[in-house]
Amino acid sequence: MSYFIFTIFDIVLVLSMVWIAWHLLGTEDIFKAVVLFISFGLLMALAWVRMRAPDVALAEAALGAGLTGPLFLSALRRMNRPRKGERRLDSDEKR
Amino acid sequence: MSRTGKSHKRLDGFQRLLLLLVICMVMLLGYIIWSTPGSKPVLTDAVAQMQEYSGVESPVTAVLLNFRGYDTLLEVMVLLLAVIGTWSLTEAFFPVQGSEISPVQMGAVRLLAPVMCLVAAYLVWQGSHLAGGAFQGGAILGAAGVLVLVTELPGLRTIPVLSLRIGLVLGPLLFTGTALFCLFITGDLLGYPKGAGGWMILLVETGCAVSIGLTLALLFAGGRPDKESIWKNNP
Amino acid sequence: MITTLIYSLTGLILFGMGFFTLIIHSHPLRKILAVNVMSTGVFLILVATAYIPLGEGEIDPVPHAMVLTGIVVSVSVTALALILACRIQETSNSSLPGRKQQGEVPEESIG
Repeated sequence: MSYFIFTIFDIVLVLSMVWIAWHLLGTEDIFKAVVLFISFGLLMALAWVRMRAPDVALAEAALGAGLTGPLFLSALRRMNRPRKGERRLDSDEKR
Repeated sequence: MSRTGKSHKRLDGFQRLLLLLVICMVMLLGYIIWSTPGSKPVLTDAVAQMQEYSGVESPVTAVLLNFRGYDTLLEVMVLLLAVIGTWSLTEAFFPVQGSEISPVQMGAVRLLAPVMCLVAAYLVWQGSHLAGGAFQGGAILGAAGVLVLVTELPGLRTIPVLSLRIGLVLGPLLFTGTALFCLFITGDLLGYPKGAGGWMILLVETGCAVSIGLTLALLFAGGRPDKESIWKNNP
Repeated sequence: MITTLIYSLTGLILFGMGFFTLIIHSHPLRKILAVNVMSTGVFLILVATAYIPLGEGEIDPVPHAMVLTGIVVSVSVTALALILACRIQETSNSSLPGRKQQGEVPEESIG
């Protein structure tokens, strides 16, 4: 019985991971993709805990949510920033 | 038809071919995984046998810093290389100064940054017997650094670059020094002497955690410190 | 056994999705995201093969240690790749004025 519940949990977790990955890879909006990637990292941390790897889960939670997301966001801001002397349309403003 | 969820964009011939190839590859690999017999892991018993000699109780930490210490040593070097690559590419990107830091943000940083440092120290210490260790502690330290960088405190620009450099190489230097010391004492690179493994691993882990945290925070800063502060501090 | 299979196949699917996106899309940030998803899939397969249900023995710590180092290295590689992408965009914008219009589009796909 307990195995059954665990398997249901596995399937739900796996399906949500694949769903989030699908949307983060397919969406038009890079900002949305980055935010989805952060939540994807948190789901991965859950999966690591399920697979009895708490060390990996700790590292993933701290790195995936705390560092990779801000890295992508700052790169996005850096790519969209107006250059000296010219005013570029900031695509973040449209959102 | 579209695999990436964009229904309004039709795939052209090349993309369809690629999709077919990727699906074939995934199915082939899936068949291989499916047909792999579920075997007992080979290395569990070996690690469990050597556990009491490693000086720590957590098997992952024992593997990371004792049995496969070379791996971790080289990985710390890779992190250092990433920072060197970043510093040689660009200057740090600080947005325009002058905006006031909101008191809420300031309060959050004041509360969170010390707590995060404490959690990082606890994780490093806990690494010897439970889940945790240099990488987790370093990641938390890096996240604290990101938090401080995001608030754009004006004092950040006056941090001497030399101290940053020393902090960056602290972990790799400690690790290499320990490895050479062990080579000198026991004849093996990273073969810790009997009984001293515990505190040596803790020492190496502490240094590595500081370096990893600083590395990750500097990677977030995205480049070398700008010329002004170099000029100010290294005339 | 079934858990190992579920998670390994998920890692495989993630790898395939990331690989496809990596080749199809041209925006650099999306490519880096795709590489990250691919690496996550590989880590998932590695850890899933080491999994043993609770009460049937100890977990093999070697794959865990390898994945742990892999995650940290992938973060630093991501940071380096992002900065390279930013540099490429800055330099190509300043030297190639024709690319300015393209740079504003958040997502473009190779036809």
